[in-house]
Amino acid sequence: MNYHTIKGETEALKDISFNVDPGEFVSIVGPSGCGKSTILNIIAGLLTPSNGEVLVDNTPINKSLLKIGYMFQKDQLFQWLSVLDNVLLGLKVQNRITNNTKDKIKELLITYDLWDFRDYYPNQLSGGMRQRVALIRTLAIDPTILLLDEPFSALDYQSRLNASDEIYKIIKNENKTAIMVTHDIAEAISMSNRVLVLSMRPAFIKKEIQIDLCEKCESPLKSRENPNFSFFFNTIWKEMDLSDKL
Amino acid sequence: MTNYSLEHQNYVDKVQKEKRKVIITRLLILIALFVFWEVAGNVGLIDPFLTSTPSRMYKSLLKIYSEGTLFKHILVTCGETILGFLLSTILGTIIAILLWMSDFASKVLDPYLVVLNALPKVALAPIIIFWVGNGISAIIFIAILISIVVTVINILNGFKEVDLDKIKLLKTFGASKLQILYYLIIPATIPTIISSLKINVGLSWVGVIMGEFLVAKEGLGFLIIFGGQISQLDMVMMSIIILCILAFLMYEIVAILEKKLIKHNSLKN
Repeated sequence: MNYHTIKGETEALKDISFNVDPGEFVSIVGPSGCGKSTILNIIAGLLTPSNGEVLVDNTPINKSLLKIGYMFQKDQLFQWLSVLDNVLLGLKVQNRITNNTKDKIKELLITYDLWDFRDYYPNQLSGGMRQRVALIRTLAIDPTILLLDEPFSALDYQSRLNASDEIYKIIKNENKTAIMVTHDIAEAISMSNRVLVLSMRPAFIKKEIQIDLCEKCESPLKSRENPNFSFFFNTIWKEMDLSDKL
Repeated sequence: MTNYSLEHQNYVDKVQKEKRKVIITRLLILIALFVFWEVAGNVGLIDPFLTSTPSRMYKSLLKIYSEGTLFKHILVTCGETILGFLLSTILGTIIAILLWMSDFASKVLDPYLVVLNALPKVALAPIIIFWVGNGISAIIFIAILISIVVTVINILNGFKEVDLDKIKLLKTFGASKLQILYYLIIPATIPTIISSLKINVGLSWVGVIMGEFLVAKEGLGFLIIFGGQISQLDMVMMSIIILCILAFLMYEIVAILEKKLIKHNSLKN
């Protein structure tokens, strides 16, 4: 992927190639400014890569655009809409409001303890709760793949641990495939099945690390307690750190 | 009903007391000003011919009222202002939307907008009188001209300040540009639109009075010019006071509208 400006071109990504299996949770970490978010934008079909393609179920991405759900750093809820209207937004845009889809939304909101808050406005909710609404809004259009762009970085440390726990459980519960970009190594390890470490720009995949902490770890918080946690942390930390200082 | 603690009760009392104090002081200043004006004029401290006095203004008001033209003048001016205000807001918003839809057009027209904004629109008045005739339409035209450019610039800036990630979100839903406009840009910009309404109220008054100075045979602007020509400064002062009251009322109406419309739409995320 090359970025063009009048002053010249910047090679942001170089030879990035990876697969994500259904139901898998993959994190991408790397030094800041290395083009992590660019990858997500390409997957989402918002940017066209200079070379190469993105396939979802063997179909090029631009034809299956609607199967992508995107979560941002900030929740990006529309503050003039109630929780329910925020969640319905995607369906409205796609003209898919039917009794059937409405019932599904209701179910989602009930399952994740937001139904009682459906008439609240975003500024009446806490940061973690808003991020949960944002996730439900993304799930509402029933995406095959969730793209998470540093979804917790705007929250303070405590809400961040809680929110990552909640969001993780929802994603697993709904059996969604997720790709998350983050600069928080611990967050990446605690939530993912696999971590991709990117190099400095032009970024390539430096290392792919399978995270197998324990089979029965049901939550990121529990994963953090695992004795092997710091081993993975150190491995990734070294990968990110050493060559970047050169 | 909830029972509040004594401390809370005291706090509420204090806040309300403070509020009352502000209002009472405001009124006192107004009354003191008028009393001083009247007394100073009567004892010869100031020349009532030049400054008028409240009682002379009142007499002038009664005179025009008894001639039966007072409300006609007020209505004409109000009507022109409201019409100019509404038209410039609506047209300005439409132009801003069109410019937002086309990045190219907005880039091309940018320097023109800047020049038009800097140009004193009253300078165009003689031309306008030739174009649309010597009457109410010319006045409204001038009022629109004065406020429309600012409206376009303000609202367009508001449109451009909408968080890019929110636009991206709608794009991942597959939204078209019109849908982005309808679901996001316009609702997100309502606070900006309202604040530009507030500016427009003031500018419309400027435009209408300016227009009336030039062409009118009725209206408050006409009374002011006419009063000056026949050395009736009482009439001029009275008209100005009425203008003050009307402008204040119109501003308040917009402020109430603002409160109703932006309950949850605080500018902060």
